[in-house]
Amino acid sequence: METLFSNYDPGDFFDEMFAAPGEARPHYRMLLKRAGEMSAEDFNRKRQIAERSYLNQGITFTVYNDKQEGTERIFPFDLVPRIIPREEWGQIERGLKQRLNALNAFLHDIYHEQRILKERVIPEEIIRSAKHFRPEFMGFDIPKNIYIHVCGSDLIRDRDGRYLVLEDNARCPSGVSYVLESRMTMKRVFPHLFARYGVRPVDRYAQDLLDVLQHIAPASAASGPTVVLLTPGIHNSAYFEHSFLARSMGIEIVTGADLLVQKDRVFMKTTKGPKPVHVIYRRIDDDFLDPKVFRADSLLGVPGLVEAYRKGNVSLANAIGTGVADDKVVYYYVPAMIKFYLGEEAILPNVETYLSAVETDRKYILENLADLVVKSANESGGYGMLIGPHATKEEIERFRGLIEADPRNFIAQPVISLSRSPTWCDARMEGRHIDLRPFILCGEEVRIIPGGLTRVAMRKGSLVVNSSQGGGSKDTWVLDGGDVPC
Amino acid sequence: MLSRVGDSTYWVGRYVERAENNSRLLDVNSQMLLDLENRSEETERQFWLPILSTLEDTELFRQLHPEFTAAAVLDYVTFEPRNPNSIQSCVAFARENARGVRDQISSEMWEKINGLYLYFNDGTAARDFRASSHEFYDKVTYASQLIQGVTDATMTHGEAWRFIQAGKFIERADCTSRILDLKYHILLPNGEQVGGNVDISQWMYLLRSCSGMEAYLKIRHGDVTPWGVAEFLICHGEFPRSIRFCVDRLDSVLHDISGTGEGHFANEPERLSGLLRSQLDYATVDSIFRQGLHEYLDGVQARLIELDVAFHCTYCAY
Repeated sequence: METLFSNYDPGDFFDEMFAAPGEARPHYRMLLKRAGEMSAEDFNRKRQIAERSYLNQGITFTVYNDKQEGTERIFPFDLVPRIIPREEWGQIERGLKQRLNALNAFLHDIYHEQRILKERVIPEEIIRSAKHFRPEFMGFDIPKNIYIHVCGSDLIRDRDGRYLVLEDNARCPSGVSYVLESRMTMKRVFPHLFARYGVRPVDRYAQDLLDVLQHIAPASAASGPTVVLLTPGIHNSAYFEHSFLARSMGIEIVTGADLLVQKDRVFMKTTKGPKPVHVIYRRIDDDFLDPKVFRADSLLGVPGLVEAYRKGNVSLANAIGTGVADDKVVYYYVPAMIKFYLGEEAILPNVETYLSAVETDRKYILENLADLVVKSANESGGYGMLIGPHATKEEIERFRGLIEADPRNFIAQPVISLSRSPTWCDARMEGRHIDLRPFILCGEEVRIIPGGLTRVAMRKGSLVVNSSQGGGSKDTWVLDGGDVPC
Repeated sequence: MLSRVGDSTYWVGRYVERAENNSRLLDVNSQMLLDLENRSEETERQFWLPILSTLEDTELFRQLHPEFTAAAVLDYVTFEPRNPNSIQSCVAFARENARGVRDQISSEMWEKINGLYLYFNDGTAARDFRASSHEFYDKVTYASQLIQGVTDATMTHGEAWRFIQAGKFIERADCTSRILDLKYHILLPNGEQVGGNVDISQWMYLLRSCSGMEAYLKIRHGDVTPWGVAEFLICHGEFPRSIRFCVDRLDSVLHDISGTGEGHFANEPERLSGLLRSQLDYATVDSIFRQGLHEYLDGVQARLIELDVAFHCTYCAY
């Protein structure tokens, strides 16, 4: 009998599910067995139920085009889960904790003694010229000495299945709401499979995040700090997530216009008058936080907020100035940081990276543009990027010009053949490239949501998984049993 | 509660109610038209003009539609996106406001409001309208009632809920006054008498458009008179779409919001609602008709606008 996976071709890639055609990896065997009992129609019906539920709940993101108006789309969701065995996850988890500890130590150092620069582990010039470095905050002590409270470090797997860190998101990483919502959807659609598989739950995330936010409250808020989530507003592409998290934590979601600062204290405007605010989980970049300090044209921020922060009357998560840690040139130095601050080797290696700021590297990059991935240091969302093998001559020449004009702001990496996972496309299962964004929380201790957001490039052959570029998602299952069920 | 949240929830309440009432209004007018003898384009025009006057929407309509036809009016009040009071716009505004306060309303509410928005947005609404306008308006009314029912059954009856109720009742009072006022604008066909067959059947349609037919007949034992209907829709204390009932509820919910005892006032909106409430409590149909029904309803609408402004200034834009 023909089943969902019987014609599936893993191709010449690392396939998450199949070690070879027809030969499922042990932790996927039960899924394969279940899928064997299901027809394409059954599967399609389940897919429609899932999609309908997303649309009805308004789980959408906004895509901006040349016209002013953004359109709302649902985030494409694929029903084939990505499964990670317990041991494998243990390794990832240790690697991510190590990395976050190093990044937080680095940020403290950079804004205080700058030992890592003095000892020439990182060239001073790199930091001085980093777009998101905030010299205004030199010597400033932040609450509990935590800079990055929420981190999303993107992981990929290469042809051998090795996990590599692709980049760190140390400002406002988004996507965790999709993790939580897709889990709920999967439970509804495949209740039996779930019960048998032993998947570690993800639903503690909101409580964990709230714990982190309360942990950094200023001492002045002794009894029960007021925590709010600051959003740019309903037209922001991640608004669904902002509102979802605020609801899950039971805190207010506010826009800049809802807050005011009086005598260096922050208040929110309520129907019963102004009410003090102690901790702000802000989903707005540094640049827009306070028109008095950063961009004067920002309408999203709160005048006076930064002064209140400096006085210690309000705490921010993430702290101001963390962007220097997710600069892609600084990324190059993370393994060196781990060694420098922790005296350890990186558990999760970086992708091999060339800096166009270094002359020999630059020469190599310019000679091999057609074979490399070039990224600008401070862009995200899949923008400002060149994928050599897929690019036209004109694009390659354009990037050559850009790199020569501003070598500090570009890095290059070999094209990694990302691992693939079976994905339902055009009424059949096909391999599509995926990555993984785990969400790491740092409060009293470091906690990581088991799994994270698996993003999938829905277009055939594409390596770009970002939602703004046609990416979708999958539920990520971390198994809690040592034995792989069958 | 945040002032912005107060403002948004209030408008969710208003826009959902307004979408429903516009549906009722258009439906009842379409039904009345069916009873019209000797229909011509001219008589139809005369029939639809009052809808625009009662909604105070004539000017924009003229800009958009140089030619005045029944179809143009229906489209303008139902679907026109540039008309901020069209049913489709009301639904879009309700959803926009709800989206901004998703953390304050229940998921069930959001899904119902979003569902109604998607119904309009994906073209299903327009298709249903073409198939049967009566069934379409029924569906919109039903969707609004569903949203209100789900609101009561799933949302905490705290401050945000009270703001929704305030919006709902102020809007409903306003709408009932406009539906009643429609009768003033509709001309009776030549040779028809006030109190004659056509006149009475038009009053009956008004009752139906407020879901009040059966309740009225029970109370009045089948005797439909102009003053009977007016008294019922203005002064009845227990019928949930009468102006008095709506103002009673509005006054109570305003007092719940501030915590002031009823019969006293702590702020301007409470003073105004108390004033209007007592005027309605002591009104008689004779005094209303002596003043003139249209003038009386105009006065009620003016009070409601004052109340809206005072409410906004007290809670949202201080």
